[in-house]
Amino acid sequence: MTTAVETMQDIPFTIGGRSFHSRLMVGTGKYRDNDTMARAIDASGAEIVTVAVRRVDLDRTKEEGVLYHLDAKRYFLLANTAGCYTAEDAVRYARLAREAGFNEFIKLEVIGDQETLLPDVQGLLVAARTLVAEGFKVLAYTNEDLVTALRLEDAGCAAVMPLASPIGSGLGLLNPFGVRTIKRRLKVPVVVDAGVGTASDACLTMEQGVDGILMNTALAAARDPVAMARAMRWAVEAGRTAYLAGRMPKREVAMPSSPLEGMLD
Amino acid sequence: MNDMVDVTVNGEPRAVARGATLLELLESLALDPRAVVVEHNRTIVRRPRLAAITVAPGDAIELVHFVGGG
Repeated sequence: MTTAVETMQDIPFTIGGRSFHSRLMVGTGKYRDNDTMARAIDASGAEIVTVAVRRVDLDRTKEEGVLYHLDAKRYFLLANTAGCYTAEDAVRYARLAREAGFNEFIKLEVIGDQETLLPDVQGLLVAARTLVAEGFKVLAYTNEDLVTALRLEDAGCAAVMPLASPIGSGLGLLNPFGVRTIKRRLKVPVVVDAGVGTASDACLTMEQGVDGILMNTALAAARDPVAMARAMRWAVEAGRTAYLAGRMPKREVAMPSSPLEGMLD
Repeated sequence: MNDMVDVTVNGEPRAVARGATLLELLESLALDPRAVVVEHNRTIVRRPRLAAITVAPGDAIELVHFVGGG
């Protein structure tokens, strides 16, 4: 039996008809400066990079925007609707983002609660249906609820993005079963979005078999964002490879690794 | 008489020259039209149309762009 890992072929990571090599997607928020952000994103190996839509600060129009620091040829920019609390607002932001951006992809967020930033799943579904009808490729940020994920897939979303834990919390993967169940039941890509805090969280998340991870604060708020980005790159690759390799069964008793035969009298 | 009209830009009251187009508004704010998206009374105005639309009193104008985010 040939089991060489080198020969193991992963399937391409495809969302909305576009294929990517990296299964790690990263945000651009909360970095201490743009240079650190650019170096961290470079180290992460990510190809999909998220941005937000906001008013121009009319008192600071001379400053370089975030796009100045991101090579548009290298990165696929994914705009979000972060901060929107209604379907109507999210649709408005998505339309503005499409006008500002380079593609029809949108990371759809409709937030339902200020403290937890958990999604308003009813608003999410309304906005998703509207945007899909307008030709958007919708990547929907949601909770780890299977039924909502199924409804989002039915609505025509290009990907469903269950959270690992609340946005910016760094609590890691709180419900591996929920995320695994969503992955098992959906045909569209499942990308875990939010909550990953450190490399082991990313690895564990990828070991559930999901298609990718999106993270921001885990890099931006690390003491060394560039080093953490490198760690996350490896963790995502390690977790993905371990998932494909298939882990050994767990057992409640020990089993010796060395032969029982040939022991001295 | 008054050669200025009162509008709202990004939520703030602002006086702009009477008869100014959206493109001229951007120029007066030192904004590159390629770097912002203009929403005029809740309708997105594409770049080629910016010079064709004149700002009227009471208009609500939003000027947005991409910023860092997750």
